[in-house]
Amino acid sequence: MPKIRNLHLWLVILAIYVVIAILISLRILNPYWQQIIQFAFIITISALGLNLIYGYTGQFSLGHAAFYGLGAYTSALFTKCFPQLGIFSFVLGFLCAIMVVGLVAFLIGLPILRLKSDYLGIATLGFGIIVKVVFDNADAVIPVMGGSRGMLGIPKFTVFPLTFFLMVGAIIVIRNFVYSNPGRACISIREDDIAAESVGIDTTKYKTLGFVIGCIFAGVAGVLYAHLYSFLHPANFDFLKSIDVLLIVVLGGLGSISGTIIAAIGWTFLLEGLRVILPPQILDWRLVIYPLLLIIVMIIKPKGLGGGMEFKFLRPQNGTHT
Amino acid sequence: MSYFLQQLINGLQLGFVYALIALGYTMVYGIVRLINFAHGDVFMVGAYLGFYALSLYHLPFPLSLIFAMAGCAIIGITIERIAYRPLRNAPRISALITAMGVSLFLEYFSSLKFIFGPNYLAYPRPFDVCIYGIGDICISNIQILVFFVSIILLIFLQFIVQKTKTGMAMRAVSYDKDTARLMGIDVDRIISFTFGIGSALAGAGGVLYGIAYPQIHPFMGIMPGLKAFVAAVLGGIGNIPGAMIGALIMGIVETMSSAYISSTMRDAIAFSILIIVLLVKPTGILGKGEIEKV
Repeated sequence: MPKIRNLHLWLVILAIYVVIAILISLRILNPYWQQIIQFAFIITISALGLNLIYGYTGQFSLGHAAFYGLGAYTSALFTKCFPQLGIFSFVLGFLCAIMVVGLVAFLIGLPILRLKSDYLGIATLGFGIIVKVVFDNADAVIPVMGGSRGMLGIPKFTVFPLTFFLMVGAIIVIRNFVYSNPGRACISIREDDIAAESVGIDTTKYKTLGFVIGCIFAGVAGVLYAHLYSFLHPANFDFLKSIDVLLIVVLGGLGSISGTIIAAIGWTFLLEGLRVILPPQILDWRLVIYPLLLIIVMIIKPKGLGGGMEFKFLRPQNGTHT
Repeated sequence: MSYFLQQLINGLQLGFVYALIALGYTMVYGIVRLINFAHGDVFMVGAYLGFYALSLYHLPFPLSLIFAMAGCAIIGITIERIAYRPLRNAPRISALITAMGVSLFLEYFSSLKFIFGPNYLAYPRPFDVCIYGIGDICISNIQILVFFVSIILLIFLQFIVQKTKTGMAMRAVSYDKDTARLMGIDVDRIISFTFGIGSALAGAGGVLYGIAYPQIHPFMGIMPGLKAFVAAVLGGIGNIPGAMIGALIMGIVETMSSAYISSTMRDAIAFSILIIVLLVKPTGILGKGEIEKV
């Protein structure tokens, strides 16, 4: 039975892919919309990472955009330094970015994750601001990075199939992780870290593991972002961007993969899509409404709109649901 | 040496403004254990209220200051009543995320054209700037004003907290909310009062900041707000003298790093201090540790 169900699922994913691909090839979706769709998938990957860190492991991070930016800048720098390698420069840059982000997340996570709740949030926020200052001044050391003038002329490698299947991959990885042994250890830390420790879970190890994986997701999203827009600016990775991702995770629901996907895609389309439709006077109100929504959701449903809910295919086939 | 002293004075100017903001953070944290992210934006609203009082209604400086403080106090109390009170018993992170929501709301709502508008505005000076030289060191009347007003307000706050009955109630609530309630203290009223006082100080800070660094815009509150928060953590969050000391240190460190290292690196230095303090001594300079009970 399970095999057939998975087959259904793969067919559905493939169908979605084919439909969008056909729409693109028939030029029904113009390049602007293609970019928005890809951006939505990128944000989804990044938000899934934060959901793993905050939603599942319970570690409140406000520095997500820093890791997003680290991934973007690493890969962009690599591809710009080795243009002769062609597509391989992208592959290597991608791997390089994952390693850099993972290493930085590990090194910063190890000491910082000793802190709890709001203190951790503040420390990660501080880290995010430091990283942004480093990006701002990077041109003093590496002129190619452009510093506060922005980094130009990054080769475009991000294409629709890549973003789509990386997003699917991200969903599969996070789903399998959450229902694995280490994933359950992470969830137990979220529920009560003292109790988790007292039943023999190495909380430091699993906190760091969740944090590093989540940050690598952000890094992957950053790589895709860099090679999609071919322009990077430090302002794209400041702390308001971290809050954007947090908003998606919270609205979608803490510890809900489905919620995060819906919220990330919905958020991107509301933010970007409404730009085309609404007149400019009303447009400014978008940014007023999102925070209001956040406040209302927090007061009414602190676990987010889809907190604890999950599509059937994202749940394990047998056993209990967390 | 005179360059150093000059920078010290500039640093103190910045530090006193940070102190006015940091006090609101620390008092609110001391009482409800909430990092009030919107505090930096209350500071921004204070700057704008002062701007309108000075340039539109041509009020004299003391009246403008009081106007901004009163306006901010009302905003602070309203925010607490609407957004934070329903979450009084919720997890701390929920309240923190709400505070961020309030912060973003204030920023973007103020950016709307019929409120403050998204543009940078030049801040009016209530009087002409004149600079006095003492030896090689210069001090402007603006700086004297900043020192004078902040010190008066800090003394006033110290008086309220230490000598009045409400202040005693505030201290009691921050020590133990439930016991304070048993002693007949109206906890909700005291919390409102704390938000009011903290926001009024932030408003005064906003006006002084606007006069000292004469440019304002709706997102101006983010950085000073965060740095004042770092100052509160540095001094020991929840501790009023600690916040003052922390803020002065932050102001001086920031000015010194602009003067001697690089002005673009000063934010990185400020937040490195935050991370180091959090890792080495999370209770800050004057704070007391809390025992974790299982």
